[in-house]
Amino acid sequence: MRDFAYARPASLAEAASAFGDGGEAAFIAGGHTLLPAIKSRLRMPDTLVDLSGVPGLSGVTRDGDMLWIGAMTTHATVATNALVASAIPGLAGMANLIGDPQVRNRGTLGGVVANNDPAADYPAALMALDAVVETDRGSHRADAYFQGMFSTALDDGEIVSRVGFRVPLASAYAKFRNPASRYAVVGVFVARFADAVRVGVTGAGPGVFRWAEAEAALTADFSVSAAAKVVLSPDDLNTDIHAGAEYRAALAVVMLKQAVSQAS
Amino acid sequence: MQTRLTINGTGHSLDIAPATLLVELLRDDLGLTGTHIGCDTSQCGACNVLVDGAALKACTVLAVQLDGKAITTVEGLATGGSDADTLHPMQAAFREHHGLQCGFCTPGMVIAGIEMVRRHGHDLDRATIAHDLEGNLCRCTGYVNIIKAIQAGAKAMQHSGEPANA
Ligand SMILES: Cc1cc2nc3c(=O)[nH]c(=O)nc-3n(C[C@H](O)[C@H](O)[C@H](O)COP(=O)(O)OP(=O)(O)OC[C@H]3O[C@@H](n4cnc5c(N)ncnc54)[C@H](O)[C@@H]3O)c2cc1C
Ligand code: FES
Ligand code: FES
Repeated sequence: MRDFAYARPASLAEAASAFGDGGEAAFIAGGHTLLPAIKSRLRMPDTLVDLSGVPGLSGVTRDGDMLWIGAMTTHATVATNALVASAIPGLAGMANLIGDPQVRNRGTLGGVVANNDPAADYPAALMALDAVVETDRGSHRADAYFQGMFSTALDDGEIVSRVGFRVPLASAYAKFRNPASRYAVVGVFVARFADAVRVGVTGAGPGVFRWAEAEAALTADFSVSAAAKVVLSPDDLNTDIHAGAEYRAALAVVMLKQAVSQAS
Repeated sequence: MQTRLTINGTGHSLDIAPATLLVELLRDDLGLTGTHIGCDTSQCGACNVLVDGAALKACTVLAVQLDGKAITTVEGLATGGSDADTLHPMQAAFREHHGLQCGFCTPGMVIAGIEMVRRHGHDLDRATIAHDLEGNLCRCTGYVNIIKAIQAGAKAMQHSGEPANA
């Protein structure tokens, strides 16, 4: 790899200043998106600012109806943490479907959320669980945070510190994985709250989205048979080497039914 | 960048260029060539090592990111003094159950097997092993004997009183 400078800040303030001084700088968390991107020269940073020494960025806490997970918390921790398992088992199940065991030991929530890969799993969970992305500068509602492929509400140098998920009555995630990359060809996260059902869809379109028809149908009747009647238009969905738009639209209904059946 | 690493039980303080991958440090600078590079794209697990007991792909982590951590490579598993001729139970199980053909994937498979014990204990069923081998590719064996070897190695680690983290 092309060489770069490297900083190990010990606080959020130091991290922000190392980023500002670093030419073209990038934060590094687990590095499981960034290092492959540097190897293939999609990214050529002058400075990497490692967030692993910044205190307070990992761990899980519950505060009323919110479950807060630190940005540096690994997928392996979310998959096995007792607080996650009791509050939002659907989220633990989702984390256990990311990549493989070694990827889960290293990859972090903050890295996924900052990167916003259109086939990543977490964005569907953030949308369905009405999440809040907290940063060193403020906070963003998930609905406004994800802005299409690899694009978010984050400003240059803004650091995700933690994400708050609203605890639902029930939830589940169903994913049709690309067998080679293990990213989602289509992934559907369903969350049932007392007042409404929210559905987040990843992999299918150019960015994560909420599925309004599915939400309306399931709010009226939370059942597999209601899910089976929902239709997704292929108009804005992706066609690529893995699947066509119409196939993805059909797959979304299958994943919706699976998720509802698991969450019932 | 000055970095402190414990590698197979020995402490090192090294001045490492930041862009050095852990696998490059191990193989090129320290001569620990048991950790293999199969894909260099985070897919195959031939480069797996244990870092504080957790299996990582050494091709997808910078050595400088691991300051203060303890790394175990396949060379650090066998015991028996300078000859290190007593295989770790997981290694012995791979030999016993013919869990390899060319052997290229084997260091990563052995490391993955040891970490499964940390996560799931000593009694591993075939489905658990198969699921947890998602990040390890083998071009030769068809996995059948690898799964048998990991199942037997996990049991043997209990009988030998082997700590789960090598
Ligand atoms: C083989 C393989 C399989 C995978 N499979 C899946 C899968 O099935 N599903 C899935 O969702 N993902 C998958 N991933 C991606 C994995 O989840 C990554 O870990 C994740 O996308 C990025 O997290 P990271 O901690 O590695 O981030 P990094 O690579 O360190 O960073 C990613 C980006 O986010 C920025 N960043 C990181 N942390 C912060 C922060 N706190 N604040 C601001 N910016 C930040 C970085 O600057 C960088 O631009 C896979 C990866 C690999 C290598
Ligand atoms: S060489 Fe690291 S995963 Fe293949
Ligand atoms: S034994 Fe040859 S790659 Fe696995």
